[in-house]
Amino acid sequence: MGKITLRNVQKRFGEAVVIPSLDLDIEDGEFVVFVGPSGCGKSTLLRLIAGLEDVSDGQILIDGRNATEMPPAKRGLAMVFQSYALYPHMTVRKNIAFPLKMAKMDRAEIDRRVDNAARVLNLTNYLDRRPGQLSGGQRQRVAIGRAIVREPAAFLFDEPLSNLDAALRVNMRLEITELHQSLKTTMIYVTHDQVEAMTMADKIVVLNAGRIEQVGSPLTLYRSPANLFVAGFIGSPKMNLIAGPEAASRGATTIGIRPEHLDISRDGGEWPGEVGVSEHLGSDTFLHVHVKGMPTLTVRAGGEFGVHHGDRVWLTPQPDKIHRFGPDGRAI
Amino acid sequence: MATQHSKTAARLMISPAVILLFLWMIVPLSMTLYFSFLRYNLLMPGMESFTGWDNYYYFLTDPAFAAALTNTLLLVGGVLLITIVGGTALALLLDQPMWGQGIVRILVIAPFFIMPTVSALVWKNMFMNPVNGMFAHIARALGMQPFDFLAHAPLASIIGIVAWQWLPFATLILLTALQSLDREQMEAAEMDGASPVARFVYITLPHLTRAITVVVLIQTIFLLGVFAEILVTTNGGPGTASTNITYLVYAQSLLNYDVGGGSAGGIVAVILANIVAIFLMRMIGKNLDA
Ligand SMILES: Nc1ncnc2c1ncn2[C@@H]1O[C@H](COP(=O)(O)OP(=O)(O)OP(=O)(O)O)[C@@H](O)[C@H]1O
Ligand SMILES: [Mg+2]
Repeated sequence: MGKITLRNVQKRFGEAVVIPSLDLDIEDGEFVVFVGPSGCGKSTLLRLIAGLEDVSDGQILIDGRNATEMPPAKRGLAMVFQSYALYPHMTVRKNIAFPLKMAKMDRAEIDRRVDNAARVLNLTNYLDRRPGQLSGGQRQRVAIGRAIVREPAAFLFDEPLSNLDAALRVNMRLEITELHQSLKTTMIYVTHDQVEAMTMADKIVVLNAGRIEQVGSPLTLYRSPANLFVAGFIGSPKMNLIAGPEAASRGATTIGIRPEHLDISRDGGEWPGEVGVSEHLGSDTFLHVHVKGMPTLTVRAGGEFGVHHGDRVWLTPQPDKIHRFGPDGRAI
Repeated sequence: MATQHSKTAARLMISPAVILLFLWMIVPLSMTLYFSFLRYNLLMPGMESFTGWDNYYYFLTDPAFAAALTNTLLLVGGVLLITIVGGTALALLLDQPMWGQGIVRILVIAPFFIMPTVSALVWKNMFMNPVNGMFAHIARALGMQPFDFLAHAPLASIIGIVAWQWLPFATLILLTALQSLDREQMEAAEMDGASPVARFVYITLPHLTRAITVVVLIQTIFLLGVFAEILVTTNGGPGTASTNITYLVYAQSLLNYDVGGGSAGGIVAVILANIVAIFLMRMIGKNLDA
């Protein structure tokens, strides 16, 4: 079981208010991802749930029980740290066994669980090594192993993949997702990475300066961002946000259109523009187009799209994909 | 320092220092070695003659030698024990966030800046003196007999004085080591359900082993040669109760004017120090490998 509820949770460091007031429900078995710009309080929120920081005000409920005052060990949560936080002087086996040893479990059961975790995580051949003799990805798996042997109510991950190279990151992403599918345990995952958030989450929580901007499934956030912040934050490359007469003509203060929802043509269309930088990725081409009276627009063209700097092109927004925002920044 | 060329250059550049250090060591050592085989008494100048191993024989069979050897080991061991245990405890305290941390840290470091002679004199006259000392006053205030530390527990008193001097050093090194302990490791252990004691045993202490090794090695080198504290407090007495090897060598060569015997003692001390060093490196030297 791992249902976590935050009620009116606040966090202050001295004078600085990091989390003004926050309510959040995390259902049992859900994969929840916290995203937000650097310094918005993602780690703080995770540490509050873990019990590593005291809540300034409000309540944290785990499976309906008030856990606000509980020490971290009693909450039944396991955390995987960004720096992995392995114990450098212990072998991999001892690292993974440490929480069980602290729980005074008997030897046979410890060995059974450690071997099991090592098999799941492909660590069987490394059990006698020390963390210093492992690669980044292997260390990451040891950290996850140490978390899963406890059979916690929920896993907390703080940017666990940010120290890995791109290829390994894709791998580990799949492994963690697979782990979630097989364990069906609640997971709370903090990340900077758009792709991680979109691909892994059942539910994304977008944070900004300690406030929740929107909660929803990845596609909900993609299709109908609640406000300008979420619109600008979710999606890569970013949504084009256009203010001024063009927006006013559509009855909004600002309109947003994603790069993939702008049709581009060499012959004619709604907005004439001039090609600036073009980024060719092979599968896609991202063009930065200067249109008069608008900020530079990013356009995604599928496959190879042969245009050059200074070429004249026309852009046409797909009418049903235009997001409209009012003067307060909320979606209309 | 990767290529053959740069290695040669490095050796060449460092050689003057190495050669100078080597001469610095080898000249006095060989002179001492030479004197140790001479019958050489300062009261009879010009009468030096070769005596073979006699000086060594007399030095090693002197009952004072066995006492001095035991005292030396007790002194080194006692001070190491007190400074490591006390230093770890103090470092743990000083690592806690508290008001006035900077000042407290400076206060703790202060004894290290006091010259051994001065601190020994202060301890002798202001604290341990059975008539005027602070401890005597406290004892009388509590209605007890003052205890004459330096007369009745001379070695323990000297261990106390020397430990007081070296405690800051141990504290300082252990404190820096503590501060380099990864906070997330501690938090991970906390989440893993480790109690404060378990965290200390399984995380902090292993992290400190390298620093403790450094403290043990450095302090041993200096503690084998403790001299000033003994000279100004007990003069090695009563009897030989607080004489260590260093003091015995001094007594031999300067109080008895026997340079030959003193030199033999010096060589014995060097050999003993090396035995201790080899022993230490065997036991704990591997902690220093990264
Ligand atoms: N111990 C602390 N004392 C004072 N302020 C703190 C403390 N820890 C964090 N903060 C502040 O709280 C805010 C949120 O920090 P937090 O670490 O949660 O950010 P984050 O969202 O995890 O950022 P990042 O993505 O860079 O990891 C920051 O402005 C930070 O300066
Ligand atoms: Mg963070």
